[in-house]
Amino acid sequence: MEEFLRAEHLHKVFSSGAEKFTAVDDVSLSLQHGEKLAIIGESGSGKTTVARIIARLIEPDGGRIILGGKDITKTKGRELRQVYGVMQMVFQNPVESFDPRWTLGDGICEGLLNHGYARAEADKECRRLLSMCGLEEDFARRYPYEVSGGQCQRAAIARALALSPKLLILDEATSALDVTVQAEVLSLLDSLHRELSMSYLFICHDIALVQDFCHRVMVMHQGKVVEEGNCDHVIRNPQQEYTKRLIDSVLQ
Amino acid sequence: MAELLSYEHVDISYGESVVIHEACFSLAEGEILGIVGESGSGKSTVLKAAMNLLGRDGLVTRGDIWYRGRNLPDLPVEEQRNIYGPELAMIFQNAGSSFCPIRRVGVQLQEMMAAHGCRDRESVEEKAMDILGKFGFDAPKRILDSYPFELSGGMQQRVGVAAAMLLRPRVLLADEPTSALDVTVQKQVIEEMLLARKLFGTAILLVTHNMGVLRAMADKMLVLHRGETVEYGRTVEVMAHPKSDYTQRLLAAVPRLRR
Ligand SMILES: Nc1ncnc2c1ncn2[C@@H]1O[C@H](COP(=O)(O)OP(=O)(O)OP(=O)(O)O)[C@@H](O)[C@H]1O
Ligand SMILES: Nc1ncnc2c1ncn2[C@@H]1O[C@H](COP(=O)(O)OP(=O)(O)OP(=O)(O)O)[C@@H](O)[C@H]1O
Ligand SMILES: [Mg+2]
Ligand SMILES: [Mg+2]
Repeated sequence: MEEFLRAEHLHKVFSSGAEKFTAVDDVSLSLQHGEKLAIIGESGSGKTTVARIIARLIEPDGGRIILGGKDITKTKGRELRQVYGVMQMVFQNPVESFDPRWTLGDGICEGLLNHGYARAEADKECRRLLSMCGLEEDFARRYPYEVSGGQCQRAAIARALALSPKLLILDEATSALDVTVQAEVLSLLDSLHRELSMSYLFICHDIALVQDFCHRVMVMHQGKVVEEGNCDHVIRNPQQEYTKRLIDSVLQ
Repeated sequence: MAELLSYEHVDISYGESVVIHEACFSLAEGEILGIVGESGSGKSTVLKAAMNLLGRDGLVTRGDIWYRGRNLPDLPVEEQRNIYGPELAMIFQNAGSSFCPIRRVGVQLQEMMAAHGCRDRESVEEKAMDILGKFGFDAPKRILDSYPFELSGGMQQRVGVAAAMLLRPRVLLADEPTSALDVTVQKQVIEEMLLARKLFGTAILLVTHNMGVLRAMADKMLVLHRGETVEYGRTVEVMAHPKSDYTQRLLAAVPRLRR
């Protein structure tokens, strides 16, 4: 397998007034073509921040991001739009990720229209994407506050898939779904993985789900990666104190 | 035990479409009822109906929601202030957007408590720090001094749970209260809710997708499917002998950790 994404020594300090807080402390990761890598760990340990740095939504205070062999750490403007054709992110809070003045359909079509689709084509594609994610066509006409939490989350996944990215960053992207719908969405992602060799960075608190879905897992605690490896291996033989505590707390 | 909250033949619609049909269940003091079901089946709608938060298009079209002798959908606005907060408090599915984005968390908690007559700022701060401390925050002061956007998803969710619990309501309407938490913190939050039930007799209506959380907390459970109640009974019994097809499918789809 060939490396697709590499993040090296990411660092992020937030300041709030005079206080400084290190949210991401020397995090490196590498994702192969067609690999499914999970990040699990403490709430507040920096998972979303790492994802947002990689998706170029916030500036790191240190480190580099290399996607498909190209350094994108400083990429801007038009070139960055091209990067988003390859890499998309589904946000932890789906409702806030849609503009409340737009219908879900408008949100999903935006990227398509920017990438040269004609209106009618975009609408058709939007309906196809919604139905792939288990939502009927009429959801395109609804506003984000007119749908349930899990329906909005599925619309967010549909939007992220619109441009057929090669890498999808999923930040708690199935946490608002019941287990049957969750299984359907994951089987959709799995088929895209098999057919188009899509790669996933999968941030998730459900460790059993991670074990089912991902190849490798990284465990974060207080801004650092404390352990990583093959999912089964880490879950069966956790080495670090924190990982052990985490796995022991899983409710069955 | 005294019944606190009871839904009697409740139908709820948004505009033309009926999303809840014939909801019938009750909650006694100190009892925890879990509601599970498919995404979009109407779980949040059931909770919002009790809080009069269905929005412009939403309406209870049939049936009653009784809370200690009052029918909640008919509650006059003047009475809502006295009930919502100290009697019934809700934890929202989407914690992040239930806070004002431009004011610090601590200030918002102070205002919420002041609106319900607690004006002693020091004691409110102390209580808030105490409860946040139990939710896995080593430095609760930092949380109170933050703006909501400076907190992670799970941190916002914990603040939402803390806010509802600070009011020490008789009934807690908890919509996915631990969905954004790692399992160690989840355990701590569950323990606090169970403690509130034990110490103060808090009743909880708990919506969750997590069967482990349900099993750990709920005395009774109700399964919703497309707005219909397909199962309602004691959690241990439903889990052991699910009657409806949908419940069977749901339980079978739960991913299990292989250790
Ligand atoms: N914009 C910001 N300003 C200040 N601090 C921030 C900001 N964004 C995040 N943080 C802080 O950085 C830390 C990491 O947050 P992050 O959202 O990355 O956590 P997370 O691992 O995704 O947690 P969760 O599992 O709860 O979503 C937290 O302590 C948070 O308070
Ligand atoms: N304001 C609204 N206007 C129109 N339809 C709505 C509105 N709010 C919710 N709905 C619809 O009502 C149904 C029930 O929604 P509700 O939010 O109660 O579901 P839920 O069971 O909480 O789902 P989830 O598990 O995904 O959060 C859904 O089909 C949803 O699309
Ligand atoms: Mg996060
Ligand atoms: Mg809901």
